[in-house]
Amino acid sequence: MNKQASTLSNLDEVRAMIKRHKMNDAIFSGVGLVCIMLVLLTLLALFIDLIIDGYPKLLSYEFFSSFPSRRASQAGLLSALVGSALVMIITFLSAVPMGVAAAIYLEEYAPKNWFTEVIEINVTNLAAVPSIIYGLLALGLFIYILDFGTSILTAGLTLGLLILPVVIVATREAIRGIPVAIREAAYAVGATKWQVVSQHVVRYATGGILTGVIIGMARAIGETAPVITIGALTFIAFLPPSPITTTPPFLNFDWLWSGFTVLPIQMFSWLSRPSPEFHVNAAAAGAIIIIVTLLMNGVAIKMRYNIRKKIKWQ
Amino acid sequence: MQSDLHQAAPAAKSISAKLGACLMLSAVALGISACSSEQADTRIVRIDGSSTVFPITEAIAEEFQITTRIKTTVGISGTGGGFKKFCRGEVDMTQASRPILHEEMEACKAAGIEYIELPIAYDALTVVINPQNDFITSMTVDELKKMWEPAAQNVIKNWNQVNPAWPDRPLRLFGAGSDSGTFDYFTEAIMGKAKSSRGDFTASEDDNVIVKGVSGDIGAIGYFGFAYYAENQQTIKAVPIVAQAGGEAVAPSEENVRNGSYQPLSRPLFIYVNAASAEVPEVKSFIDYYLENSTELIQEVKFIPLPDNEVSAVIKHWQERKTGTGFGGEPEIGVKIEDLLKRI
Repeated sequence: MNKQASTLSNLDEVRAMIKRHKMNDAIFSGVGLVCIMLVLLTLLALFIDLIIDGYPKLLSYEFFSSFPSRRASQAGLLSALVGSALVMIITFLSAVPMGVAAAIYLEEYAPKNWFTEVIEINVTNLAAVPSIIYGLLALGLFIYILDFGTSILTAGLTLGLLILPVVIVATREAIRGIPVAIREAAYAVGATKWQVVSQHVVRYATGGILTGVIIGMARAIGETAPVITIGALTFIAFLPPSPITTTPPFLNFDWLWSGFTVLPIQMFSWLSRPSPEFHVNAAAAGAIIIIVTLLMNGVAIKMRYNIRKKIKWQ
Repeated sequence: MQSDLHQAAPAAKSISAKLGACLMLSAVALGISACSSEQADTRIVRIDGSSTVFPITEAIAEEFQITTRIKTTVGISGTGGGFKKFCRGEVDMTQASRPILHEEMEACKAAGIEYIELPIAYDALTVVINPQNDFITSMTVDELKKMWEPAAQNVIKNWNQVNPAWPDRPLRLFGAGSDSGTFDYFTEAIMGKAKSSRGDFTASEDDNVIVKGVSGDIGAIGYFGFAYYAENQQTIKAVPIVAQAGGEAVAPSEENVRNGSYQPLSRPLFIYVNAASAEVPEVKSFIDYYLENSTELIQEVKFIPLPDNEVSAVIKHWQERKTGTGFGGEPEIGVKIEDLLKRI
């Protein structure tokens, strides 16, 4: 009798405990939801505000096909769009092969000693260094020592350095996500280390690597401070020389040395104008930067999804 | 499992192929768009310097490029940053909202760079208040000094502390950031010493912040270049300035600046041309164009063009290619442009 009563009261206690824990769950998910809504709503409010301010420009073709001008109604984004695109190509070409190679080395080949440890800590820390520091480094290295001038090449390499740690860290994470069983299976059938890495590990990690690369590129496209430090232009009403020519050898690299401007600088320049009409242009440019970044992140998610869907190990 | 692995590999391969194709396509697209632009083999005219003077140079560069097809680029590194690049020989011309200083003269000399100093327009530093502020009709330089001098820090907090006739209302100060030429000129003109100012005010490099701040507070006062006032006359009001006690209050306007009565806050803006670059035909024709066509364009971007006699004096100075500065490395208030050019 006594025993039964104590079991019953125990049962009540357990029920109360379960109820309490469920409530904790509910409270936590509530707090989490509020937090994420705060973040999302802030972004959404900013974005909608930019769209509302800038929509007359966003809908006009001339805005994308004209050069900067002293008249707000005629000023366009063309040189900034082309500048950003060309700089991004250099950033991609400089950061991705080096970053992926460095990550593969660190993950697969580097001996586990204090030297590797120091490199690893530094790479992780580099990802958190303020971007202006990269601008100052580039000013000293690329402009004063190597004499590249204020060119698309300098800007691309600067932003390449900036996203290099992001690419390295993302690639390493992606490589670590490949099950050990895959490597062991490959080694078991006699593959060399290079074969394992190139034909298996890197291929399966491509989704993760691409995500890291695109997130890095999306960061680079919105960067202003380092590009201002190296002296990007504010008014440039012509496009860099064409990379493809009609005469042999059909390729022309003069554009690497051309002056340039990029989207965030064009936006900044419009925003600091006395005339409120220019602020509409600035809002539209801001909306374009956010849209490009969102698109890049969207592409990253889609690519990762597609690649992961095609890889099945079980 | 093995067959799945074999499937995965080509998938990854096709993705990298797609990525490559994307890059190629974008390169081709850029190539086409670049091809469509004029491909003239002329030298590019390179300009950098003050963000204050930028709207003027931009307007002139825009028209010049349309007329002559000579390519021009303009950057904004600020007056100081512009001189750095100029004395390294990286640009043909730099814009400046103040004259060249001693150390910049030394840097140019060390690099063997000679320059031609050309005043191109006036700017009126404008003291602005809220349009609903009805107790201020004019201000004397002494009152401005009492408000802004370093000794006022944490002491002068209300309007009636400056002048007992004004109401007991909190004073909210908005000013230019301490790196700007505007800050240097205002402090020099009002306090008599450049960079001498109280520190407890809202400082901003972006003058639109000052426009917003002053338009939202009856007790606010701020200062910036004339263009920001001219473009925002609905939301802010300019204060007429009395240069000397007992004198007349003069409002900032094109006329008052050009006839020299708006003192001490009108300042000349300059361009400095590299004397070696001046021999290059493209640069020469750009400067010719700049001096001959600037009046209307300067008005369009809300600065104040030089009077005709001063324009012809500057053009003569340019044609004679006289190098050097008329200031000797020291900032100076209220100097007449014709006198200035005679000193060189």
